[in-house]
Amino acid sequence: MEQIGIVSYGADIPRYRIKVEEIASVWGKNGEDIKRGLGINEKSVPSLDQDTATISVEAARAALKRCNIDPKNIGAIYIGSESHPYAVKPTGTIVGEAIGATPNLMVADYEFACKAGTAAIQTCNGLVKAGMIEYGLAIGADTAQAAPGDALEYSAAAGGAAFIIGKKDVIATINHTYSYTTDTPDFWRREGRKYPAHGGRFTGAPAYFKHITNCSKNLMKIAGTKPEDYNYAIFHQPNGKFPVTAAKMLGFSYDQIKQGLLCPIIGNTYSGSSLLGLASVLDVAKPGDKIFLTSYGSGAGSDSFDITVTDKINDLSRKNAPSVAQLIENKEYINYGTYAKFRDILYWE
Amino acid sequence: MTIGGVARFWREIPQRYNLIGKQCGSCGRIYFPPRESCPYCRRKSIGKMRDIKLSGKGEIVTYTVIHVAPHNFEGQVPYPIAIVQLEEGPRITAQIVDCKIEDVKIGMKVEYTFRRIQEDGYTGAIYYGYKFKPCQQKQNHQ
Repeated sequence: MEQIGIVSYGADIPRYRIKVEEIASVWGKNGEDIKRGLGINEKSVPSLDQDTATISVEAARAALKRCNIDPKNIGAIYIGSESHPYAVKPTGTIVGEAIGATPNLMVADYEFACKAGTAAIQTCNGLVKAGMIEYGLAIGADTAQAAPGDALEYSAAAGGAAFIIGKKDVIATINHTYSYTTDTPDFWRREGRKYPAHGGRFTGAPAYFKHITNCSKNLMKIAGTKPEDYNYAIFHQPNGKFPVTAAKMLGFSYDQIKQGLLCPIIGNTYSGSSLLGLASVLDVAKPGDKIFLTSYGSGAGSDSFDITVTDKINDLSRKNAPSVAQLIENKEYINYGTYAKFRDILYWE
Repeated sequence: MTIGGVARFWREIPQRYNLIGKQCGSCGRIYFPPRESCPYCRRKSIGKMRDIKLSGKGEIVTYTVIHVAPHNFEGQVPYPIAIVQLEEGPRITAQIVDCKIEDVKIGMKVEYTFRRIQEDGYTGAIYYGYKFKPCQQKQNHQ
């Protein structure tokens, strides 16, 4: 059987961090309670000169540094985000130009809350399978918005990961993928509004858990696998607790999810969340490792993947770009005032 | 609503995004920003200036710290601006990011990174381009 899957990957996380207790102190809340409640200690913050386009370009360039692919052979770029810098003008055009993949190129921006990046992987997978493109570039990246004082302010972070999908020198085969989608209004941002709104506790059982568990179970049925067959599992991480609970509900152990569990130390990177988890797993994966991934996007839907790491991962120059762990380690803390300035909460002209 | 200035930026996309400079086909000298002729070979270079993609790696020759910034950069002060000598020879002026000001040093190895440079207010186009950050290799050694 022909192998189609990930040929290379790259990640980017802005280096500024703000601690949960710093945000809590501004709003008169107890930082320790919130840390315990959300399972988040700190989150990444983009500087004034970073956005979804710059994070996508850095992640895509990192992916290209690790392999020997001529960017001109990339036939499609799909970028999933809910914080595209323009409402109208595709982020993919900027990324395509910045990595030298233009002009013979299919491009479109995706939006499906936090799962648009995995949707981009599915699209590239299909186009490669159909023989329409040699390589496709799928990116999930966000500089997530949160209204000042909202519960989301403790989690909404910035980061992204890029995956080159193809059928030559595949480092991780995508064996199966499956999606589960319904109309569930748990979280949204209306057109023209700066900040999203959400249904509070409604985001749990009928939204995140229902979609993640059904999608995961159905994929394992299709693949004929059980949780214990996988070395690593990654679930979307809106906070530090949901993915741990979802894993337990499905029968995955903490050991299986810990390599991909980044939310406690960088926050929820939205479209980047499960994909940065996958990048973190690929940083340490060995040939033969089986990876399980289920993303979640509010609105709502989940994408599941059954992935097998191949021998080719040893040929990939993983050291040519920083690992997720190195990106996380390289950090500088800011206070809430600086955060407010960087996130354009203070308006001045 | 018409917003001017986009054409100039659009023309400069290759150099701003990917450090595409020019190499003289007569003497081999490399120029960034790109030029149409070589000031040494003059008419001999006409029509022989070739595009060359620079590696984006270099070294800080000298730097200064901006405390009173021009429009669009006020939110970033204080920030370092350096003259960076690229591996291929040309020297370019650029902002240094992802680094504490006290860590910026003459001779420091840097590499280019993709950032927002400026924007035409809240409604205009966003202009992207190069800035420089400490080299990844150096970070690994720390």
